[in-house]
Amino acid sequence: MKKDAFSIVGQSLPKIDAWAKVVGDTKFADDLLMSRMAHGKLLRSPHPHALIKRIDATRARALPGVYAVITGQDLPRVKFGILPVSQDEEALCVDKVRMVGDPVAAVAAVDDETAERATHLIDVEYEPLRPLMSIEDSLAHPEVRIHEYGDRPNVHKVVALQFGDVDSAFARADLVREDVFFFEGNTHLPMEQHSAVAQWGPDGKLTLWSSTQTPHYVHRLLSKILDVPPAHIRVVAAPVGGGFGGKLDPFAHEIAACRLSQVCGRPVKITLTREEVFYVHRGRHPVLMWIKTGFTRDGAITGMHFRSWLDGGAYGSYGVASTFYTGALQTVTYKIPVYKFEGARVFTNKPPCGPKRGHGTPQPRFAMECQIDKAAEQLGLDPADMRRRNLAEPYVRTANHLTVTTIGLGECIDRVVEASGWRQKRGSLPPGKGIGIACSAYLTGAGTAIYWNDMPHSGVVVRADRSGLVAVLSGATDIGQGSDSVLAYLVAEVLGIEPKDIRVHPADTDLTPVDLGSYSSRVTLMAGNAAIQAAERLRARLFEAVARKLETTPDRLTAAERRVFVADDPERGVDFAQAVVLAESMFGVLAFPGSYAPPKRAGKYKGGGVGPSPCYSYSACVVEVDVDRETGKVTPTEVWIAHDVGRAINPLLVEGQVEGSVYMGLGEVLMEEQVFRDGMHKIPSLLEYKSPTTLETPEIHTILVEGADPEGPFGAKEAGQGPLLPVIPAVANAVHDAVGVRIDETPITPEKVVKALESLRQGKSGRLGPERVPVFAFPEPRVVESAFGLPAEGIAARPFSS
Amino acid sequence: MKTRLSLRINGEERDVLADTHKTLLEVLREDLHLTGTKHGCELGECGTCTVLVGGTPVLSCLALPIECQGVEIKTVEGMARGHELHPLQQAFVELGAAQCGYCTPGILLTAEALLEELPMPTRDEIRHALAGNLCRCTGYTKILDAVELAALRMRQGEMPPPASRAEAEGARP
Repeated sequence: MKKDAFSIVGQSLPKIDAWAKVVGDTKFADDLLMSRMAHGKLLRSPHPHALIKRIDATRARALPGVYAVITGQDLPRVKFGILPVSQDEEALCVDKVRMVGDPVAAVAAVDDETAERATHLIDVEYEPLRPLMSIEDSLAHPEVRIHEYGDRPNVHKVVALQFGDVDSAFARADLVREDVFFFEGNTHLPMEQHSAVAQWGPDGKLTLWSSTQTPHYVHRLLSKILDVPPAHIRVVAAPVGGGFGGKLDPFAHEIAACRLSQVCGRPVKITLTREEVFYVHRGRHPVLMWIKTGFTRDGAITGMHFRSWLDGGAYGSYGVASTFYTGALQTVTYKIPVYKFEGARVFTNKPPCGPKRGHGTPQPRFAMECQIDKAAEQLGLDPADMRRRNLAEPYVRTANHLTVTTIGLGECIDRVVEASGWRQKRGSLPPGKGIGIACSAYLTGAGTAIYWNDMPHSGVVVRADRSGLVAVLSGATDIGQGSDSVLAYLVAEVLGIEPKDIRVHPADTDLTPVDLGSYSSRVTLMAGNAAIQAAERLRARLFEAVARKLETTPDRLTAAERRVFVADDPERGVDFAQAVVLAESMFGVLAFPGSYAPPKRAGKYKGGGVGPSPCYSYSACVVEVDVDRETGKVTPTEVWIAHDVGRAINPLLVEGQVEGSVYMGLGEVLMEEQVFRDGMHKIPSLLEYKSPTTLETPEIHTILVEGADPEGPFGAKEAGQGPLLPVIPAVANAVHDAVGVRIDETPITPEKVVKALESLRQGKSGRLGPERVPVFAFPEPRVVESAFGLPAEGIAARPFSS
Repeated sequence: MKTRLSLRINGEERDVLADTHKTLLEVLREDLHLTGTKHGCELGECGTCTVLVGGTPVLSCLALPIECQGVEIKTVEGMARGHELHPLQQAFVELGAAQCGYCTPGILLTAEALLEELPMPTRDEIRHALAGNLCRCTGYTKILDAVELAALRMRQGEMPPPASRAEAEGARP
């Protein structure tokens, strides 16, 4: 059945969990209370780099109220990590700590205070090693090894890829620019601190409730780490109080809670303090970047060579993927016929970096969009026009073999240019005021899973009850983005019922089919397509049964307004609940699976698995700023952002994602910094780690651009991450427009602006940013033919559609 | 050491024997199981744990319960009357002002105190009132919109129109 008009899709409905959230009913992990529950606490290293010589927990164990104390000796000696290629973490360190905050022991006690007191009674003898606190430091001291593995001493990963001949592309160019940029690290800062409750029953079965974005990966890894068959482990994702990528790894507190529960025979809860959340991190990598691009006179890009150095921190986490991502998506916004990428991730003795909203792509996007602004200035072109003229083509492949489907970027640019008054304002704003533009693209779901397999990335079961209720069982995790609601809307749309008639049961590894998790902006597309498939299978059965009852054929039926009826004779029909009874009478229990896996389109080269996605979202952003020449303070006064979302399943929720992304981008570009001193986080609190409040967040004008994509559920693309990306360079470009300085590193603090203005006054460049890159010889690149302009293949190929 | 506390919470008298060092936040969550009040830092920095004490927004992570005796304490659980949502709650539902919902209780209560004091706040006044409540999801836009909508409805004394489908169908699910 094809529907041109939707009844649910496209409407700004409340989220299905909105009522629970406004009355305080939503149970986050730390809200779970169980009888006999013990409270756990981790003891963490005070040293950035040290050998553990001895741990003695005798005094802690003797403290009244302490139920259990464990160290690394109480866990199997097996290292783990979220990526199969970087198994380098221990839940409790045994021989060595690699950062301040590395856990070394864990306590379960009658209450938080006793657990905390007990951690102070654990005696740990350390032998401090030289801490390596920067990329330069780690490269300069290969004799001090943070890990024993990696592509080079202290170098986790080195990548070198070349798609076509960039040198001749530069030779053909009218302008070749080389620029260096630095993007400071920052953290997710979810309002909810991570929390987990574990209950290891006397039957040997383990249940973990956790604020996690990836219950499936936690499930798999718990089995490995605890050496328990996965069939005996159940992981339930509690509603997550903000994720942004910060709750995507398996964490020490989750593992420790499980083992403590086993040892003391009670449920054990561990909730991190805010300070611990800063050390757990896995946030934005600090990245130093060198970018060389050739431009023709009219602003077309002839080729690009991009280098990135990532400060990875102490562990692998998602770092290999992050490294590839710093070089993956440059090619999907504008035509770039040939492209070369070299990247390296370096270990340092700081909390590990990982995936934060936009995973590895905001940094290169900042570099690239600022460089385009500089090139436009040099070529005498309008920055918006220059971008508009060089848009990538839809339905072709990029130089690095990514298949692009729909591209709404042109309309995005037109709409923000129009709405912001760009043409009137550019160059004619009063002194100190400026306007800047930037564009971006992002994945709608990673095209490959974290571990290689042929199974679905998302599974959904839709079950119709004879009461008329429809239950949706999905492994997807709602982290506030509204994924449970989106599944309800999609199923309601297919079945012609209301979201209220549906209950979504999410993220319970015992009950729900696997969904890989809430990352890479994958849930609406992947779980959504699976939900539609399951609902359509149910609908087919309902139609068969109703057709028999009405003595007609299924193809003449439609479902709407809680009825199943003959499309051209609406009087002839039955209520939805009656349709279920008819179908259950005919077929038995009505429960139908839906499965989704993305089209297999990874480039046939090592590293080709990072970057492919069923489709890409596009965004364009204009920011107006006010720069105080005396204090250097940058105030964004207004933001216009247009986002190509394919189709807005619920415009209200899409706007919410866009606004939240803009806000987070403003925080990253103007104030947020994850910075260290003597191995310690300099500002591990919500007061000192500056993030925008209502007073620093300007009015945000959101424009949704729609054009259904064949890959998405009813044409939808992502909205949760992409809109963050253009905000950062748009601010930097606006600052240049306002006062003529180029701040080539984030955050653009008042201090940096003042310094750059001073340099301008002295007749110098007015640029502030990194002056050089590390001495680092990349290996010979893997040379792959550029796929630029080749036709797209395998559009809307659905591996589990039959 | 424990202290006996007589607290008036959401219109109910609650006697509780709690550890003397516990904050109001801890007593609410751990002893009274009113887990609607959340925490983001327990250092008075984020506004997440805001409750109303005598109608004034108070950071419950810094408040001692013994000092709150004899004064009405209101948590998010006390905002709705039965199933009738407070206009702020209703507006937050309709306008998508709660994403993850973790900061929502504190913001709702801070906004309620604002509207009590200032029934016709400008957007800027709402911004100032909520400046102590961090939200990482929404970019604040929908929150400001929702407070404006609720203020408008409360001034007009009107019941919120059935703007949402769920609402049109009666009680909340």
